[in-house]
Amino acid sequence: MPAPSTDRSTTRPPEAAADAAALAVHTQDLAKRYGKTVALTALTMDVRRAEVFGFLGPNGAGKTTAVKLLVGLAHPTAGQAWVLGAPAGDRRTRRKLGYLPELFRYQHWLTAREVLGLHCELAAIEPSRRSEEIDQALDLVGLSERADDRVDGYSKGMQQRLGIGVALLGRPELVLLDEPTSALDPVGRHDVREIIRRLKARGTAVFLNSHLLSEVEQVCDRVAVVDHGRVIATGTMAEILGGDGAVRMRVQGLTPGVPLGSFGPPSVEGEWLTFRGLAADRIPDLVAEVVARGGRVYAVEPRLQTLEDRFLQLLKESEG
Amino acid sequence: MSPMLTIARITVVEASRRRLLLALAILTLAVIGLTAWGFSKLPATTTGPDNTPISPSELRLAASQLTIFIAFMFSGVLALGAVLVASPAISSDIESGIMLAILPRPIRRMDVLVGKWLGLLALVCAYAVVSSTLELGVIWATTAYVPPNPLGAIVFIAAEGAVLMTLTLLLSTRMAPMTSGIIALVGFFVAWMGGIALGFGQVFNNATIENIGLGSRLLLPTDGLWRGAVYEMEPSFVISGLRLAGRGAAGSPFTSLNPAPLAFELYAAGWLVAMLALGIWSFARRDL
Repeated sequence: MPAPSTDRSTTRPPEAAADAAALAVHTQDLAKRYGKTVALTALTMDVRRAEVFGFLGPNGAGKTTAVKLLVGLAHPTAGQAWVLGAPAGDRRTRRKLGYLPELFRYQHWLTAREVLGLHCELAAIEPSRRSEEIDQALDLVGLSERADDRVDGYSKGMQQRLGIGVALLGRPELVLLDEPTSALDPVGRHDVREIIRRLKARGTAVFLNSHLLSEVEQVCDRVAVVDHGRVIATGTMAEILGGDGAVRMRVQGLTPGVPLGSFGPPSVEGEWLTFRGLAADRIPDLVAEVVARGGRVYAVEPRLQTLEDRFLQLLKESEG
Repeated sequence: MSPMLTIARITVVEASRRRLLLALAILTLAVIGLTAWGFSKLPATTTGPDNTPISPSELRLAASQLTIFIAFMFSGVLALGAVLVASPAISSDIESGIMLAILPRPIRRMDVLVGKWLGLLALVCAYAVVSSTLELGVIWATTAYVPPNPLGAIVFIAAEGAVLMTLTLLLSTRMAPMTSGIIALVGFFVAWMGGIALGFGQVFNNATIENIGLGSRLLLPTDGLWRGAVYEMEPSFVISGLRLAGRGAAGSPFTSLNPAPLAFELYAAGWLVAMLALGIWSFARRDL
């Protein structure tokens, strides 16, 4: 299994405009400094079109700063960024973007329908399409029945749903979601995952900034792990998780100390044997080997490394 | 509708939905009602120990001076109101996150700032025109008095509110609502005091005091615009009397011996455009 690429190994030269155009997002040594505070050091990453890209990192790693730079809310101190083939912040390209900020509020004196209508106007969506767009967005996020209620009567979760609806107006080519499920209950989180899958199915790229690793694990094609303002690992979920799997077996009847071929010596806790560094496709062979040596197998528990384990490991390596 | 006009419209809608317009309308109508009652008593006023009925010229003088005092109250309400609505216009939307959702749309930051300015300007002008027209109408109905140039006075009063609103909007691009509001209010009252100093300096031939007053007028032209409004409301016999009074009329913020010079009017217009341009520049460069 290929190892996750780290830091700059996947970078493309910024002058390769054609490459940048083929990508949803391309950044090269993107840096941002607020006074003496360094928010981003040298962010280099690619997000492909029509993929769901997870952007992970501990608090203060620079995730939200990166998103703000991509949508033009902040100006980079150094480096370059392209979004949908144009320099980040380009006004025309912003027509093709949907963005859900992490901390936001809409005009609470408006109704949800009016908020969506306002964003339709600002997004320059054709007047003839606005009504349909608004109804679709309300339906998608489950707010149709409360569409004409003022936003100040909405719960935090409903406001989050409205925010997602606003971000999806106009069928954007790239949607940037900054902690989209932070205020949602389990049903809401499930709904958001479904929305993300639907976006991917229709060819929309999704940039998912989240600290909920299980969520990222479930929906993302590729992820980047960022720490101290730079990418420390990037790749598909399989590449990030790597081959460092393990399997636990409850076995009786094996003679202690007898080697098990190429599977290596297991660590033993009573009747439980743990084999490390074992790829999932070798588990049947392991079971066959144990049985051939007279062992009676009562349980087999593959222990694949979770994204959380790997995330913590990567951060530890980065600190080291 | 262009993004700029969309933002202007939503700014006016905000004032309406937050019941600002309703509160202003109720309070203004209450004040106008009270002044109508007061003015209605003026023609029946008597003077002296023998209860001599007020003469037509005395009635005219009293009505003209009361009109200026009431206009001062309305211009004060307008100026303070302009500060209160403009101080959170940008900074509060940044703090609440409304801007984070709006600015990534395919619009320029200039659209947002100028749109807000247009919306607030519409509110300022509407209040100046409606409240002044109603009040002058009440004064005319009760005393038959009409200032020499009511339209000019309304324009100056609206311009005073617009100037203060524009300054506050500029400050709002960088400062918290409370900070920008306080700075604008301090500026407003310093300019008012500067106007008094200018009058003293001119009457007593003190160049230093006069220059201090002039400097404050150039820094913030609100008091200069107020004096322009006062002149438009003063009947000619009042101006003649003030000229005769000489030092006796020095420093009063409710008198004006001369009309606002054209150069000052052009300066005030340029000042307003410059503050708006500075606001656009400041907001465009701000990291959110």
